[in-house]
Amino acid sequence: MKNAESLKQIYYGLDNVNINIIQYVAIVGSLLLFLFVLELVRRKKIKEQYSILWLFITLVFLILSFWRDGLYVVSRALGIATPAIAFLLVLTMGVYVILIQFSMVISNLAERNKKLTQELSLVKYQMKLKIKEEK
Amino acid sequence: MKLNKILIIVPAFNESKNILNVLSSLKNENSDWDIVVIDDGSTDGTGGLTEQSGLASVVSLIYNLGIGGAVQTGFKFAKMNGYDIAVQFDGDGQHLAGEIPKILQPVLDGTADVVIGSRFLGKNAGWKSTYFRRLGIRIFYIINSVLINQKITDNTSGFRAYNKKAISFLAENYPTDYPEPEAVILLGRNGFTIREIFTLMKKREGGKSSIYGIKSVYYMLKVLLAIFLTTVRPKIKGD
Repeated sequence: MKNAESLKQIYYGLDNVNINIIQYVAIVGSLLLFLFVLELVRRKKIKEQYSILWLFITLVFLILSFWRDGLYVVSRALGIATPAIAFLLVLTMGVYVILIQFSMVISNLAERNKKLTQELSLVKYQMKLKIKEEK
Repeated sequence: MKLNKILIIVPAFNESKNILNVLSSLKNENSDWDIVVIDDGSTDGTGGLTEQSGLASVVSLIYNLGIGGAVQTGFKFAKMNGYDIAVQFDGDGQHLAGEIPKILQPVLDGTADVVIGSRFLGKNAGWKSTYFRRLGIRIFYIINSVLINQKITDNTSGFRAYNKKAISFLAENYPTDYPEPEAVILLGRNGFTIREIFTLMKKREGGKSSIYGIKSVYYMLKVLLAIFLTTVRPKIKGD
């Protein structure tokens, strides 16, 4: 009987957990993340245009950690059985959007890099030619 | 009549074994042609060797850009120096200098903007390849022919001639990675007339094809995706 009890605890969550703790952790955590990103922008380690998505996502975290019922509302609205899964969804969507933005930035950089390389190599050729002519 | 300025663009990556033979065969064919070798960041001294030989101008890319980026540098060079016609000619010895006049003719006549030297036109028994390579080439043939309504049998051929209009267009827009089949679509979609002429080609002398194994699967997927997306993109406005 005792075994069954402990199994139940493992599968259905622990009844005597103080869920206030995770709320504090979440609030402090997302606040720190938000401030961290802001600080990086202030120090010009991240450009403003690339920080917007990060700030937005950490802000969403912050809202969800204050607003306890938020995840229930989201999961109910989307037909998700557990709020934890709703959170996972919000998280992965956020990360996806940021990663896609990264791919865009990288592609743009790669294109410019190619152009620069080509132009620079051509200019170097012309310089060499000119030096040869002057000799 | 004004004489056409003709440039032979030779992209080369680590071709120190072949490059001088290739260049002298070009010079022997017609000494009026200007040649530019685009040394794509070679590490075997291809660029230096070519420069010393005095057979061609050498543009050395400061790092390896891949065939697309290298060939495009050639187009930029041609545009910058006011060439009327450019011929793309591989540095590995598989193209034959003696075949160049054949692909030049339609451009000189003004019957085509772009001419592709094809291994497959007509009943060509001179060129054999693996089953998968032929299958891939066949797929490109069908797709490209449908999409641009021009029959192109040899989409992967890098033996091509371009007129001034095409040079100027490609100097600004040229695909990277595996550019040949994509370039066909790009040109066709933007209203260029493409013609194919049967040309002989040699089997490669040294080295392996750059595309084999798992890379060939990636190659097919990448190129097919690029071809599809080039088709749905709007036409590029010229300058």
